[in-house]
Amino acid sequence: MTLAEATATAAPATLTRAAAETHGFLSPTGVEIAFLLVGLVTFGAAIVTVTTKQLVHAALWLVVALGGLAVEYLLLTAEFIAWVQVLIYVGSVVVLLLFGLMLTKAPIGRSPDADSANRWAALVVAVAAAAALVWVVVDAFRATWIDLDGPAAGSTEATGASLFQNWVLPFEALSVLLLAALVGAIVLSRKEKPESSSPPVNSRTATGSSPSVPDSRNHPIGRKGAVEATSATGPPAQGTGSAEQEGGAR
Amino acid sequence: MHLAYPAVLAALLFCTGLYGVLARRNAILVLMSVELMLNAVNLNLVAFDVWLSKAAEETLHSGQALTLFTIAIAAAEIGIGLAIVLAVHRNRGTADIDKLRDTAEGHGTDSETDGSDSDARTAEQAAQSGRAGKAEATA
Repeated sequence: MTLAEATATAAPATLTRAAAETHGFLSPTGVEIAFLLVGLVTFGAAIVTVTTKQLVHAALWLVVALGGLAVEYLLLTAEFIAWVQVLIYVGSVVVLLLFGLMLTKAPIGRSPDADSANRWAALVVAVAAAAALVWVVVDAFRATWIDLDGPAAGSTEATGASLFQNWVLPFEALSVLLLAALVGAIVLSRKEKPESSSPPVNSRTATGSSPSVPDSRNHPIGRKGAVEATSATGPPAQGTGSAEQEGGAR
Repeated sequence: MHLAYPAVLAALLFCTGLYGVLARRNAILVLMSVELMLNAVNLNLVAFDVWLSKAAEETLHSGQALTLFTIAIAAAEIGIGLAIVLAVHRNRGTADIDKLRDTAEGHGTDSETDGSDSDARTAEQAAQSGRAGKAEATA
């Protein structure tokens, strides 16, 4: 009785295994095994990046994840993309992130408040999205085979030829965008002292032609009346009055 | 190689980045998670481009070109994003995005006090910088 049940349950299992073997998922090639192992390392490093409580360690695990992706590009015969990935992501983006962590005075040790309170909602959303995406992708591309033999699809020659034959205009537009980003980053991260100190200097030089205002500044008691007098004269002098009041707030 | 391997890995990496964006508090960690999501998209682009360059006769290598563009735009994005985070940290003294809820609605007194506090602080800073400029000019 039990033996019959065991054989009855074992028969469908062997059938599905045979079907899967004809698909080829259970007899992976060497490239697939390497891709799987490096993919596991990459995915694990990404998980540690988003869950560790030490901020600097997150940036260093991001190096592992991005380097693993570079190896995946090499396995997919996209060598130019792989080296660009190593140069730009591992070389510059992570260094920028480390500088950002230092400049914002991130704590070196474990910081208990690295994750926000909606961590469980985020986990639910991420797991649901992962399940849906993996199911759809596996269902759609189960039988699709990438042929990695022959000349490399992503060699530097092929990439350069296609980039400068078919994609020249987006390439140049991208250089303009990088220039704009450079200027924008400089403007954003500059100290604001020169900008905010220039209006008082300008207004002082503008009102320096009239002799009464510098005199009143030297006498603190008569300043209030002088300010009101200058603000009553017109709109350009109003800026001077407010600047004087801010100075007098000390 | 089966196309499912890189596609599944890209989906998993994207969802990891999605979790990081939603769950992290430090703005720089959120930027790291955004980088993870962009890299997942890059892996998809490269895998499908390699598949199509062998399956189709004539392709434009649009996947690899788009990957290069994505990498360049990600570099620009990380530069601008870090500049914004540094400016916020200089003005507010924190890079914690849970505390930056000046424009939040429906949180009642919490956002009200936060907003007035930050307004007062920025006004004080403006006055301070104006004062500093005046001291320089008089000296």
